[in-house]
Amino acid sequence: MAKITYITHDNQKHEVEVQNGLTVMEGAVQNDIPGIDADCGGGMACATCHVYVKEDWFNKIPKKEDGEEDMLDMAFEPKTNSRLSCQIVVSDEIDGLEVNIPSKQA
Amino acid sequence: MIKTDALIIGAGPTGLFTAHQLKLIGLNCEVVDNLDKIGGQCIELYPDKPIYDIPAVPECTGEELTNNLINQLKPFDIKFHLNERVEEVKKENDNWLVKTNNGTSFSTPNVIIAGGVGSFEPRKFSPKECEKFENKSLFYSVKDKKIFKGKIVSIFGGGDSALDWAVELSKESSVNLIHRRDEFRGAQATIDKVHQLAKDGKINLFTQYQMASVKGDKNLESIDIKHDNNEIKNLKTDYVLGFFGLIMQLGPIANWGLNIDKKTIEVDTEKFETNQKGIYAVGDICHYPGKLKLILSGFHEGALAARACFKSARPNEKYRFEFTTSSKTIKERLGVKGD
Repeated sequence: MAKITYITHDNQKHEVEVQNGLTVMEGAVQNDIPGIDADCGGGMACATCHVYVKEDWFNKIPKKEDGEEDMLDMAFEPKTNSRLSCQIVVSDEIDGLEVNIPSKQA
Repeated sequence: MIKTDALIIGAGPTGLFTAHQLKLIGLNCEVVDNLDKIGGQCIELYPDKPIYDIPAVPECTGEELTNNLINQLKPFDIKFHLNERVEEVKKENDNWLVKTNNGTSFSTPNVIIAGGVGSFEPRKFSPKECEKFENKSLFYSVKDKKIFKGKIVSIFGGGDSALDWAVELSKESSVNLIHRRDEFRGAQATIDKVHQLAKDGKINLFTQYQMASVKGDKNLESIDIKHDNNEIKNLKTDYVLGFFGLIMQLGPIANWGLNIDKKTIEVDTEKFETNQKGIYAVGDICHYPGKLKLILSGFHEGALAARACFKSARPNEKYRFEFTTSSKTIKERLGVKGD
């Protein structure tokens, strides 16, 4: 289990416990956190689960694999700390992770 | 006005198999899709990605699945209306009157929405002011390249569309190519060409930059682009092109009086009919207790919705369930020999 904090564009904090093995995207969808569309369902094919990862966490979590950066080209207002939340797998190591959700996904 | 027994919205796998089921039971149908090709998400999002959970097909790509479904429709004559988006669905007596953005209109007792997550639309620039110039001097696709001759064109994006147009337009225009990072994701030969043209001064390359704002009163005059380190550069430009791929938007479907929750349409599990009689929803876009967003579920839903269409399309006939292995009528429809 890991506690993940999702911060929506209007600065609302949503703290949820997410099971290990799920993705940060799934944690958001299952807990009805607004702003993560995840249109393709985790296939890294749509860039609508885009989040910004707080700097200190960005370097700690597993790095992007092939294709994620390409997909982020499509994201709405990507920044250097952008990630696709469907590609961040939850584990004890990321307990306390905070992610910011962009104002919209497209 | 086209009269048809059923109109299918969406030419993805579910829409295609639903068309097959309609034709098999002797109904005619037409298909509308906003994309320029058949296949939906399978062809637009993951043509090369393998799928492992199609019954009896251990492995196939999105493109292979689409081609197989198209092959399965070969015995039938089905009209596809591609590059068209359904804008309006209106009740007219016992039928639905359906209009597309191209002005095609249909009269049908049955509308089957197999729209996935909605229609594919270009992803747009984030600054709000960009809308003001959209389709005047700011475009998300190129319809007539002649307008760019001798002009300054700023192209955004890092994929094949952006790169191909940068190369092509650099012949007769002054081209700025702007991308959010140093790496491009197009064909290597095109990437090499872009770098060569940049070296030769034919393309002005700006990487790690993104659109910050557009300037101009009536006509577009310049754009501000912002570097990752927040530095702003102003570029004079006559035209802007943005190539950020496509995104799915529910679009006009939201206005048809259907029960919609989180981009999905509520249906029953007998006919896959919505709260509007004669409008069905199948595949990823429909929702009911236990719904699985799998292609195989879409096939099942389409098969049942097709049978439900029979009653309103052929009010004076009785639907008879038949197997393809044994039915003479079905074999005739398929154009295969009986035994």
